[in-house]
Amino acid sequence: MSQVSFNRLLETARQGRWPYILTLAHVLIGALLVYFSPRSNIAFLLLLSSLGTLYALPTDRRFKVILGAFIALVVMPIVGVRNIFYLEIIFQISVFVALALGLNIVVGFAGLLNLGYVAFYAVGAYLWAFFGSQQYYVLPFAPGTQPTDLPFLLPGDAFYLFLLLAIIVAALTGILLGLPVLRLRGDYLAIVTLGFGEVIRQLANNLDKPLNFTNGPQGITPIQRPTLPQFAVDAFNALFQPIIGQPVATATLYNVMFYLLALLVIIVIIIVTIRLEDSKIGRAWTAIREDETAAIAMGVPLVRLKLTAFAVGASFAGVMGALMAASRTFVSPESFSFMQSIGVLSMVILGGVGSIPGVILGAATVTILNLQVLQGLSLYLSQLRQSDAVIPIINFAWRDLSTQLDPAKYQRLLFGIILIVMMIFRPAGIIPAQRRQRELASEHADEKQPA
Amino acid sequence: MLAFSLVSGFALSAFVIVLAFLFQNTAVGASVMQRFGVSLVNYTLLNLPQVLMDGLTLGFVYAAIALGYTMVYGVLEFINFAHSEIFAIGAFVGVEVLIALAAYGLIGGQNSLLSAYLWLLVALLAGMLVAGTMAVLVERIAYRPLRGAPRLVPLISAIGVSFFLQDAIRLIESVTTGQFHRIIPAFGNFDNRIPLFTVAGNTVDIQIKSLIVIVAAIIMLVGLNYLVNATKVGKAIRAVAQDRATASLMGIDVNRIISMTFLIGGTLGGAAGVLYALKFTRIDPFVGFFPGLKAFTAAVLGGIGNLTGALLGGIVLGLLETFAGTYMSIFTMGVAGAEYKDIFAFGILILVLIFRPQGLMGENVAQKA
Repeated sequence: MSQVSFNRLLETARQGRWPYILTLAHVLIGALLVYFSPRSNIAFLLLLSSLGTLYALPTDRRFKVILGAFIALVVMPIVGVRNIFYLEIIFQISVFVALALGLNIVVGFAGLLNLGYVAFYAVGAYLWAFFGSQQYYVLPFAPGTQPTDLPFLLPGDAFYLFLLLAIIVAALTGILLGLPVLRLRGDYLAIVTLGFGEVIRQLANNLDKPLNFTNGPQGITPIQRPTLPQFAVDAFNALFQPIIGQPVATATLYNVMFYLLALLVIIVIIIVTIRLEDSKIGRAWTAIREDETAAIAMGVPLVRLKLTAFAVGASFAGVMGALMAASRTFVSPESFSFMQSIGVLSMVILGGVGSIPGVILGAATVTILNLQVLQGLSLYLSQLRQSDAVIPIINFAWRDLSTQLDPAKYQRLLFGIILIVMMIFRPAGIIPAQRRQRELASEHADEKQPA
Repeated sequence: MLAFSLVSGFALSAFVIVLAFLFQNTAVGASVMQRFGVSLVNYTLLNLPQVLMDGLTLGFVYAAIALGYTMVYGVLEFINFAHSEIFAIGAFVGVEVLIALAAYGLIGGQNSLLSAYLWLLVALLAGMLVAGTMAVLVERIAYRPLRGAPRLVPLISAIGVSFFLQDAIRLIESVTTGQFHRIIPAFGNFDNRIPLFTVAGNTVDIQIKSLIVIVAAIIMLVGLNYLVNATKVGKAIRAVAQDRATASLMGIDVNRIISMTFLIGGTLGGAAGVLYALKFTRIDPFVGFFPGLKAFTAAVLGGIGNLTGALLGGIVLGLLETFAGTYMSIFTMGVAGAEYKDIFAFGILILVLIFRPQGLMGENVAQKA
């Protein structure tokens, strides 16, 4: 009975003016809650989830784009400036959305499982880290022995040029890796790309001799940022000062700028992905993914198209790498471990392989789980540890709990569970790609027909 | 098998000696002269026997892990990515058993040597038992529901299992012991070295634990070979590997045989884990990652699906890695040395897959789409 009325409610929500009213209400309530209690996680999540409502309810396309852009470009920066922790989270989310969308092209469209995706991210990061820091002049010195007064090689504004260069260099790296290994079958390709990711990380770790290219495990710092455009700072202050209430620190403004840059990259990726999906290349990728032998028989140039997929996916990771290097002003090999690759993969798998909204949702969910839920648990546990609380029945004092037990460090557990559960119960993801939805529907139709 | 390891050992040695003669009169030779006071050729020759021994030991460790990969691949054509964690579980169980025994005073100190060996055997069996059970469980939960799905689906699930198990080991160890690094207790005479022979006044020796590793790996291979080729279960395994549908029509319980395969592979992996802990003393939950990848490389190198191939691949890889670790730094004058040994295997893997995807003695897997 309640099921029926719930369905009717859902039905109503999708008719007439209701979608508009509900969406606006969700956004407004979220925004107001965040405004009045800027520290509340629930308010922040409510505001973030309003983007999901905006996507899910059937409203006019223009309404969706305008409201979505308003939330992403205006509301989020204000929220972020008022609480820097949230700015960090939305920046991380946008970075991982971009990475996941890039990996989605390789895995989702061309069906090539790339387990070393983070290597291309590292290539972009180290590219700007080398040219945007003093590293060029550090070359003859072993790590830790360089003089302190070295000049920078390039001005910070060269960053924008290097964003473009990162695309090219990462794409070339992708082609370089792809050329020898692309005729391998899927699972072998996966292991080889995994190896490649490790190779890049170890190179970053060890290329501090004979010439000090990467500064070894200590990493490169400081890396320059581009200068903030003064007119943008003035405009931002003039517009948002009344709402925010206090002058905004330069460091925060930088974070806003990098967030906006990441958004720009995401938009470019989404446009490229949509345009590619139904193009000749995209359809050829699908053909390769579904049946390689048949694709060859149909005259699809296999190696060239696989290389294209590798290069396109790699180039997006490269851009985000350069962006990350500038925003953090620091890179080190640690950030490019195999676990990062698997993290991005689990985002793609969770959301839905090949589905753009799915991948965005997956990236946002995993990042929030990682940054808010796991770290929130860590915080909670450390508070319990400091208190006198005792678990009643087994008489266990929280104080005795090992400090090694820090949920924030258990990302592998999270990624592992996501991968296993999704593969077994919902291999197409939370929001399956439309093509797969159609395929599944037709499969079911086949089943119903008598044999 | 013996002939092959001799041949590859000789080939590598000859290669290094030729290199030494070539570089004798260059800056490389001069730097060795300066550092060690001997000529490059002499230095190389003096080191060779020990390097061969160490390489062989490492090779047998890889071979023991590779057997598990190759067993599962032979039957399911599936890369069991979680095998490296089964290996780690074996290592942890073995070490925990030994730590508990040491705490009760049953090993180490005044206890007899015989008891040390017996308790080591007990730890080995415990590691094998738990690892084998875990492998069967993993198959039941994470792989069996996905049988028949596209090839990448179970692989992704296996990666998930691998990550899950790494942190699960860490969680259990952290909660129960407060740390996740474990060190095997010192007991018995496993660290002692047995002198083998003397070359130009240089004694070549082998640690007892290395000898144990080699002997155990050979026993494992011989036993496995017998099991697969001469028993009824082995016949069933081979039948399932060849054609699952037909095998089931012949009255073979395919699910049971696949479970059996995982049990055998997991048991061998667990034994390899305990041996690894014995040899390298320190373990952590991520200990399986690199040995696992290298063992996979070894399995591919030898021809995946082929048991003898796994052993050969392991030996070749172990020798190559040890040679590279020892001599690369000398011949490149310190520019690139042992720090690259972990990625050395990947270079080999890529080369093998490009030029001889069927491996040294396997069938052509690249064609089997």
